[in-house]
Amino acid sequence: MKKEFLVYIGILILAIILYFFVTEPVTFSPTVSLIIIGLIGLALVLIFVRTIMGKLVGRRTVFSFVAISVVVPFFMTVEQPIQTSPEVQSLYQAVLDLKPGSKVLVSFDYDPPSAPELQPMAETFFSLCLERDLRIIIMGLWPQGPQQAEMALQKVMDEPAIASKNYRYGIDYVNLGFQVGNEFVIQRMGDDISSMFQTDYYGTPYDSLPLMRNITNFSNIDFSFNLSAGYPGTVEWVQVAVDRYGVDLGAGNTAVQAPQMYPYLRAGQLKGLLGGLNGAAEFEKAAGRIGKGTKFMVSQSFSHVIVIAFIIIGNAAFFLGERRRKEEVVE
Amino acid sequence: MDAIGLWIGAFLTLGIMSFLYKDNPWYKLSESIFVGVSAGYWFITLFWDSIYSKFYIGVSQEGDNYLYVGAILGLMMLMRLIPKVGWISRWPLAFIVGAISGFYLINYFSSNIMRQVANTVMPLFSTDYGQSLFSASVGTIIDNILVAGGTFAGLVYFFFSKEHKGAFGATAKVGIWVIMVTFGATFGYTVMSRMSLLIGRMDFIFGDWLGLIK
Amino acid sequence: MRREVPLIITAVVGIVFVIQYFIPHYPFNQLNSWFSDWFSIIGACAIWLGALNLIKISADKIYRKRAGWGYAVVIILSFLVITLIGLFEGESFRDFGTKFDWMYRFVYTPLASTMFALLAFFVASASYRAFRARNLEATLLLLAAFFVMIGRVPVGDAIAMKLSIPEVIYPSGVAVWIMNVINAAGQRAILIGIALGIVSTSVRVILGIERSYLGGD
Repeated sequence: MKKEFLVYIGILILAIILYFFVTEPVTFSPTVSLIIIGLIGLALVLIFVRTIMGKLVGRRTVFSFVAISVVVPFFMTVEQPIQTSPEVQSLYQAVLDLKPGSKVLVSFDYDPPSAPELQPMAETFFSLCLERDLRIIIMGLWPQGPQQAEMALQKVMDEPAIASKNYRYGIDYVNLGFQVGNEFVIQRMGDDISSMFQTDYYGTPYDSLPLMRNITNFSNIDFSFNLSAGYPGTVEWVQVAVDRYGVDLGAGNTAVQAPQMYPYLRAGQLKGLLGGLNGAAEFEKAAGRIGKGTKFMVSQSFSHVIVIAFIIIGNAAFFLGERRRKEEVVE
Repeated sequence: MDAIGLWIGAFLTLGIMSFLYKDNPWYKLSESIFVGVSAGYWFITLFWDSIYSKFYIGVSQEGDNYLYVGAILGLMMLMRLIPKVGWISRWPLAFIVGAISGFYLINYFSSNIMRQVANTVMPLFSTDYGQSLFSASVGTIIDNILVAGGTFAGLVYFFFSKEHKGAFGATAKVGIWVIMVTFGATFGYTVMSRMSLLIGRMDFIFGDWLGLIK
Repeated sequence: MRREVPLIITAVVGIVFVIQYFIPHYPFNQLNSWFSDWFSIIGACAIWLGALNLIKISADKIYRKRAGWGYAVVIILSFLVITLIGLFEGESFRDFGTKFDWMYRFVYTPLASTMFALLAFFVASASYRAFRARNLEATLLLLAAFFVMIGRVPVGDAIAMKLSIPEVIYPSGVAVWIMNVINAAGQRAILIGIALGIVSTSVRVILGIERSYLGGD
């Protein structure tokens, strides 16, 4: 207990030093970045040698490598080319095909744990819509969704190119807020949106919002975009809004559930799909924007390489161990 | 206040992460706060968004008296806390199960069976119905055959009422290969997702809190 | 009656939801609206049940002074603080700048996000220790995971460019092909299989053949 207490004090002192005395952001030069990459590679080689000698490294060593692979790239200067995949390009094109003044329904179906993946998608989508003078209607099937939407919208509204257009709440964009009921909400919106959202996020009556006056149900919506981290989410939107009411739907999903959306994409039930952080980065590339998706891709690359390296090391040790065991049996 | 909030957020973040070293009082404290705050968050959200906005406003201002039935069923659900009368919670539970069963029966049949089968049973060699044979490119033809064949083989694998022998067994074998590739892809995406979440947290620690990143 | 009434409720509600899909007119559309609203209220009470049960268990732990009862005090205090703040803030409890919003941004969000972020460490450790290409199936899984992991990040193509690999088999292209073809086929098979199971279970539940959700007597 005494040792733990000392560790806590040590962390607190380190935090105070970094917080108060390091006042400028830290950036490594390309040379230092390359040296760091070399050192990490060397460390992996040492782990490989240890592992094939039969000494598996402890889990805390693996944890340390994961932490280093995520944190160190924040300070490195590394350029990476990002390719846009067909499903991301389809979504981008679907938005480009909308005429100015088109009404876009955006459903925020996620909470803060999924924000690192989905928030960059939301910001880029808002930026694209506002640049093209599309009208945005925000809603959420998760309680935290509309709050995440507000954060994304405020960030995009502060960008000079968007701020100069003086978009007005209630006329150019609206936040209807959260509604409890999961897929039943989508079903009721198919008949009458106002039956589910009598007021907006701020308590303003539905009929007092100029943007919503001519919108009764999905037939008055030109495109829908769903940001989803689980249930309720894209699957429910496809089942009800797309298959029953014929809505054009694009989706941004966390990487955990993105693979499950490919059958819907292939069947044409989704017009485009953004999967995980790399989907966000590709969408930013297509839209010509640099956001957190692009900035985080260096860390993402490093962490993937580390995981792959550990899998290869583990398997190499396994196969060499098997060979040794077979040789011992023969002898 | 936001500066204090950042320090509190960092304290709680590092507390949860301290579990990676070993279970300790800092982690246990952070975990307990998480459990309490999560329960309270959902309690309040559903109070204002469902009980107040839907029921109270609906009954007092809109005159929707049918909502009383929902409120009574909701109260029955809460009776589960009292063992002697807990059996009454079966009624609202039956309502939920019935609603979901009826809803899923049609929607899953329509979206996940009919539309998916329709897209699998499609022209393999042409771009669409009515187009000339081999109007699709070689790559598209191969992809179409792989998707149709792979889906069929995967479904054959999941059919356990017949022994996997002979041609049936060979098809099931191909099916398991397709499913293994699917699981591998899912694993790759899962790694990507988990790493993204960690990157977000580290960005909070080193960017928002310590200000070390641009 | 303890089992018969719930079975009747399940059947009636289930049948209404099936019929309203085909006949979205009176009275089925009205029943659909009513049932949807009741569903929301009951769902809210179900979540309340979980929260109140947690408080009941924590209070019992404190009362009996079981091991770790101090943390049960923390659970109850945290619950009470955020609940009271949320109640006093009123309907606009979520607005930017309220105390509830502050707790959401600086207490709930860091805790919830970090809980999920921990999984990154465990997935790497588990991969190192357990992910072995023991047979053909495991090797296929491993290869697919390898191409997807390396192909979905920019470093995959960067390495391929340095090694002068032909562009047609760049990791990003291979990953896209795996996701759109093989993964789509496998996921579709799983999707159809699960959907068939859901449809048959739903029919059994509505007809009262499946009664496990009612529990024991």
